[in-house]
Amino acid sequence: MSGVRVLVGTRKGAFVLTSDETRRSWDVSGPHFPGWEVYHVAGSPVDPDRLYASQTSSWFGQVIQRSDDGGRTWEPVGNEFAYASVPGTHQWYDGTPHPWEFARVWHLEPSLTDRDTVFAGVEDAALFRSNDGGATWQEVRGLREHGSGAQWQPGAGGMCTHTIILDPRTTDRMYVAISAAGVFRTDDGGTSWQPVNKGLLSDGIPSPAAEVGHCVHKLAIHPSRPDTLFMQKHWDVMRSDDGADSWEEVSGDLPTDFGFPIAVHAHEPETIYVVPITSDSHHFPPDGKLRVYRSRSGGNAWEALTDGLPQEHCYVNVLRDALAVDSLAECGIYFGTTGGQVYGSADSGDHWAPIVRDLPAVLSVEAQTLS
Amino acid sequence: MIRVVLPAHLRQLAQCDREISVDAPATQRAVLDAIEHRYPALRGTLRDPATGQRRSFVRFFACEQDLSHELPDAPLPEPVAEGKEPLRVVGAMAGG
Repeated sequence: MSGVRVLVGTRKGAFVLTSDETRRSWDVSGPHFPGWEVYHVAGSPVDPDRLYASQTSSWFGQVIQRSDDGGRTWEPVGNEFAYASVPGTHQWYDGTPHPWEFARVWHLEPSLTDRDTVFAGVEDAALFRSNDGGATWQEVRGLREHGSGAQWQPGAGGMCTHTIILDPRTTDRMYVAISAAGVFRTDDGGTSWQPVNKGLLSDGIPSPAAEVGHCVHKLAIHPSRPDTLFMQKHWDVMRSDDGADSWEEVSGDLPTDFGFPIAVHAHEPETIYVVPITSDSHHFPPDGKLRVYRSRSGGNAWEALTDGLPQEHCYVNVLRDALAVDSLAECGIYFGTTGGQVYGSADSGDHWAPIVRDLPAVLSVEAQTLS
Repeated sequence: MIRVVLPAHLRQLAQCDREISVDAPATQRAVLDAIEHRYPALRGTLRDPATGQRRSFVRFFACEQDLSHELPDAPLPEPVAEGKEPLRVVGAMAGG
């Protein structure tokens, strides 16, 4: 019997939510690593019982946890993230040079072909790779060293590599997104990188042709169309149909185009989801109504999905890694809030129900489809 | 033997008791080396792995003294060396 496992990272530990294919009742386990911030938990597409978790603390640093039984038991693995060369400097908030310093792992992206290979996006922004199940980590140095690094600046949450997209056709091509630098692509497995931000317009950047400096919040692709990328930028929802060589805005009739996460339906490559947030100064939904917006046309025309979501007095946020889809026959959608709720929909977003209501603030949500 | 009291977050990570004992010379560096050798999961949690420096929010106390700013190879107080008093590793009160 098939089912779903939803992996939730929170400010105070990780939770694993499990259901059968009906997705009506859920088993909740956790907190795992109680008291620690868990920025991300991700499963291997090759072996769904192989999970990786980023456990972090301002007091005690970074820990990477690994599970081989779907999150029932865990073991700490390697936590040494050493930059490959003299780190140099990036720009600080005031524009002055600031030394690169490792803070934490924001995002883990397991390989599509090997359960022991996993990428880590870190703060201060860099990309690391492990080929031994997380025991040791090596920097993919071409990203940080390709030339524009000295111009990268932190966003409000820090200067983090928060998105890693692996092209399902070839291990040579991958994308990363960095706040607040932008999108970068490699076509040779990580040896060389180029910024791919043409068409992104950001207030406050003097030149509309600026190669870097864009506050990209999240990217998503559908595996059947890997040259089409969708982006939630600080402001603006964007799409590219040429592997990020160029971008066009598809915010269309959204009530606000500020937000953090973006996701693509598992079976409909032109159906995409965002969660509009009032503004960068008001990190809560417009009018106190928690609404997921769906476009079935790849952007521009959007519909509000509200059934089962609070439509008054709701002032939570949904962070960049906290929206995910499963790939059951009827696509499931899941998101977590800074108020500790995890909502799920078993019908592509038409109807929603809370799976849990009172977790710590949710940092990340991933969905695994189990066969 | 040097007695060491660990904070809750690290006990959970190392899966050990509140108080542990390590056989090591009575200096901060030697004791931390011994702790990390016995509990590899704690490597990098007390000291930054890149610099070897004490993490900013990790503090060391013993015999009602703050030893956090002592040099790593300075001798620990005699009651700690003799096992009469524990070296306390404390997560600093920080935040709001």
